[in-house]
Amino acid sequence: MARRTITVDYLARVEGEGAFKVVLRNGKVENAEFRIFEPPRFFEAFLRGRAFTEAPDITARICGICPVAYQMSAVHAMENALGITVAGPLRALRRLLYCGEWIESHTLHIYMLHAPDFLGYSGAIEMARAHGEAVRRGLMLKQVGNEIMTLLGGREIHPINVRVGGFYRAPRKRDLAPLAERLKWARDAALETVRWTAGFDFPERARDYTFVALRHAEEYPFNEGRIVSNRGLDITAAQYEDYFEESHLPRSNALHARLKDGKAYLVGPLARYSLNFDRLSPLAQQAARDAGLEPVCNNPYRSIVVRAVEVLYACDEALRIIAAYEEPERPFVAAEPRAGVGFGATEAPRGLLYHRYRLASDGTIQEARIVPPTSQNQASIEEDLVNFVESFLDLPDDALRQRCEQTVRNYDPCISCATHFLRLDINRG
Amino acid sequence: MDESAPRVRVIGIGNPDRGDDAAGRRVAALLRGTLPAKIAIVEHDGEATALLACLDGVEAAFLVDACASGAPAGTVRRFDVTAAPLPQRIFPFSTHGMGLAEAVELARALGALPKHCIVYAVEGASFAAGAPLSAPVRTAVATIAERIRAEIAANI
Repeated sequence: MARRTITVDYLARVEGEGAFKVVLRNGKVENAEFRIFEPPRFFEAFLRGRAFTEAPDITARICGICPVAYQMSAVHAMENALGITVAGPLRALRRLLYCGEWIESHTLHIYMLHAPDFLGYSGAIEMARAHGEAVRRGLMLKQVGNEIMTLLGGREIHPINVRVGGFYRAPRKRDLAPLAERLKWARDAALETVRWTAGFDFPERARDYTFVALRHAEEYPFNEGRIVSNRGLDITAAQYEDYFEESHLPRSNALHARLKDGKAYLVGPLARYSLNFDRLSPLAQQAARDAGLEPVCNNPYRSIVVRAVEVLYACDEALRIIAAYEEPERPFVAAEPRAGVGFGATEAPRGLLYHRYRLASDGTIQEARIVPPTSQNQASIEEDLVNFVESFLDLPDDALRQRCEQTVRNYDPCISCATHFLRLDINRG
Repeated sequence: MDESAPRVRVIGIGNPDRGDDAAGRRVAALLRGTLPAKIAIVEHDGEATALLACLDGVEAAFLVDACASGAPAGTVRRFDVTAAPLPQRIFPFSTHGMGLAEAVELARALGALPKHCIVYAVEGASFAAGAPLSAPVRTAVATIAERIRAEIAANI
């Protein structure tokens, strides 16, 4: 066999606009490119000159699926710059809000975007005709995530209740009680989701990834923790740029992030789970084991099961937070502006999301840096294509193309997030 | 769904702060208080899964949304989606998110599409942040409200 090219010019069932191309020569992958052609969006430039208080609402607009992640990384970075700490019930409410986003985002990906790959459908609508019960469960489960977002965030998308130091308004204990009832149903539905996805057929493929995720002393990570890897990395958010760097490649409007030694790494559910299995709740750990997952998962096709385990954890954790919730005296900790630099890293559904801000003495943002998870995963996506495609060459073209798409969708790439960046290189020859 | 809940819904879809995108919500607001109590009026942001939940268990639904298909501003179209999907040239499927067309098709696939399900689409002129409704869309909003009122009086 000579040259064989697999291209998908417009990748469906991902958030944003991207494509990929794999070139094979004599049965070997010659080149694999994941291309992002969604236009750059310049958010880092928009932030300059704005007040530090505006960052959570401006950055939330980077993504309609994971706005909470942007708000959380922004407020943590600002609080780091301003020297304040948010603890107690306000901190717990932030975790609860993040639970809502994980439930919403992961459930959308599992049921609407990724499951059709495993069950042989072109999309969720076609799948719904034969798997109506499952799709209904997925939609209702996602709805519970939306309800957390609405209650805590003020609305389902782009929450408006988050501020530096906490919230504009904290919920009453009685507001959370009906949510707990819904979450008990959701926890059962999430457990069913783990079982459902565990029954799919998975290609037996694995890679020795460098996993990177937050790790916290006690919790499965949402908002806080050190940035660690399975290769011994153990740093604070403030050290992120000492170990990771971004570069602009012509094929992508999203900057590619790599470790400074040039190696690709992986962020997201697989990394988070593999670095933090022991921090999952007993229920989530047991469900993972029953689903056939080891405490470390190197098979990216099983990421759909890992996402389901994380949804289960989010339901479980949300219930724990609601049960322990005491109303705070004030909904926020006051923050006075001062000059400084602040760093924040939190766990977006798709992985580590890093923010850095430099503030003037009046709190005006002078510089902003945002590194979203999909930017960090681009190199790993391409390496998966290079490494796995050769082993699927006996598939006919259509099936091979579909398998490549599935391989990209393992990452739940959020292309709109990834193209937020600042630099636009124009070469006019 | 609660047995006592209204089985007929008018659902106005849109963003209230984005110019003509608010058209669906304006229709809902105009109809509020003018229809029999058994008919629920809902303003909705259009997110597909929440929209689907809003259609679940409903016997008859009237959905109103703005569109941008290139027709003259204020053009009103009526679609009986129980007969055929929404045309893609008016409601293109998006990879970015799922909207009204996807919600209708998911409802159909799940057997959850109301027996009577009508979509009114109004062509917008401007979707600028903070803008008011354009004059042609303001006129169209009143027309659609009147037509829905008449349809409900005749059929429901």
